[in-house]
Amino acid sequence: MARLARLALSEDELEPMAQELSAVLDHIAKIGELDLVDVPPTSHVVELTGALRPDEPRPSLPREVALEQAPAVDQDGFLVPSPQA
Amino acid sequence: MSDDLLSLSAAQAAAAIEQGDVNAQELFAFYRERAQADASANGDGLNCFTWVAEDASTTPLASGPGWSDAPGTPGTGPLAGVPLAVKDLFCTKGVPSQSGSRILEDYRPPYTASAVRALTGTGATLLAKTNQDEFAMGSSTENSAYGPTLNPWDRSRVPGGSSGGSAAAVAAGLAPWAIGTDTGGSIRQPAALCGIVGLKPTYGAVSRFGMIAFASSLDQAGPLTRDVTDAALMLGHMVGRDRCDATSLDYPHEIELPRAERLDGLRLGVPAELRAPDPGAAGGEAGAQIEPGVRESFERALKLAEELGASVEEIRLPHAPHALSAYYVLAPSEASSNLARFDGVRYGMRAPDAEDLLDMYTRTRHDGFGKEVKRRIMLGTYALSSGYYDAYYGRAQRVRTKIAEDFKAAFEQVDLIVTPTSANVAFGLGEKTANPWSMYLSDYFTVPMSLAGIPAISIPCGLSEGLPVGLQIAGPAFSENKLLDTSFALEQALGFEEGAARV
Repeated sequence: MARLARLALSEDELEPMAQELSAVLDHIAKIGELDLVDVPPTSHVVELTGALRPDEPRPSLPREVALEQAPAVDQDGFLVPSPQA
Repeated sequence: MSDDLLSLSAAQAAAAIEQGDVNAQELFAFYRERAQADASANGDGLNCFTWVAEDASTTPLASGPGWSDAPGTPGTGPLAGVPLAVKDLFCTKGVPSQSGSRILEDYRPPYTASAVRALTGTGATLLAKTNQDEFAMGSSTENSAYGPTLNPWDRSRVPGGSSGGSAAAVAAGLAPWAIGTDTGGSIRQPAALCGIVGLKPTYGAVSRFGMIAFASSLDQAGPLTRDVTDAALMLGHMVGRDRCDATSLDYPHEIELPRAERLDGLRLGVPAELRAPDPGAAGGEAGAQIEPGVRESFERALKLAEELGASVEEIRLPHAPHALSAYYVLAPSEASSNLARFDGVRYGMRAPDAEDLLDMYTRTRHDGFGKEVKRRIMLGTYALSSGYYDAYYGRAQRVRTKIAEDFKAAFEQVDLIVTPTSANVAFGLGEKTANPWSMYLSDYFTVPMSLAGIPAISIPCGLSEGLPVGLQIAGPAFSENKLLDTSFALEQALGFEEGAARV
């Protein structure tokens, strides 16, 4: 699960985490007791209609501003570690 | 003069500035000095702030569209010169916006959140950024990477959370008012624990653009203020459709300043399920045990409401006891998705010496996220994973439907619903950190309204053991004016001593 979540967890972090999550899941599992057949799911409370806007070009964040907060930059892009580099 | 400035509510300060009785620069300098004193107290303060302005010039001005901060005229508009404290998770251009997390340490966004610009665009000045639980995950502000905030009523106790820095700053008189966010109770619960007013608006009423997201279908920005009038004044400038947030809505009418004195004809409902003295008696997950002093203050507020002409009756919210369980599936699921963006590539910190991209991702996230955030990311990843989706996320969405239906039915019987905001007064630092579910129970009374997307306010309704108790009032979507009017009438009748915890 940690791999799926892109989290590195050390051995001594895994055990307490597993216990805490199991305890929380025991509480959460109570929703399994409800009869929810034929109940539609609600992903969102707002009835959205016409959320589309005209597709008009407008300026986006300038490149140098977008790169300003990056931990590593090369030329005009974000630099990331690569074993091939 | 200083004491006079401190005694002014934000609405009074705005009026005094407009009439020329108070100088805006002087007011800003006064609060800046107070905020800075707390920020530089090195453990002897409340630790309300993660950043304090040098002067009023960092204030983003007009509310132009998109990422560009269109220039405007400083110090004009109805909020001219009233200093504003802003929760850390709102992006503020060029000013640290870290969401209480190590992974965003010293991140300075290129634009300002729409909700903040809506206020600074009408003249409010950016005073400080306030401390919070990391990514708004918590009910005590102990989960901040920048240290816990202390409750000004009793420094051995928490201010609530996640908007704990905002609530403590307003209660302590370190800021005239503050803006926070509420996902499952993060405005209302800290407001209750600090003895101030906090309002979570109808979902969609305020733009979420520029808020560092926690759970997008639940997050809402709102005011934390000394009194109900200030909450109405701030909210009135925040609401409205923003083209940068497709879920924001046109607010259907004006937000008015409250003036009700009587509550004649108003029908208030008390949910049997949330009042149940025997936890778990109403079915579902065992509820939060209401402390006797909290119950006393709550019942007294109901009696006062009746004296003002309201009627109080019992209502049913049969699925409310399941709200917390559903919430702790939905919110972590959305969070696990939202927080995927923190990968050490575009902004924030990056773990050094990674071998490859995956190694860089996992180690950056290991070093950058705190314990509770990791816990929720894991929980959400699990709930959304193949094979478990229907049992958790799918089911929780169906519970959400039932909860919304419960409220709909209840509002055919009554106008507004009242509960204690929190089952307990402010608890001790460290008291609930070892047991996540005990901390999660802090939101037992506030989460149902969040799932239904309806507005709710917390106002102080008395003291228990010398600590403030909050009264929560909830109404149907877009009933903010009625909430504010009712709260205003009760506020006058309750006579809570505002400002008792000022430093």
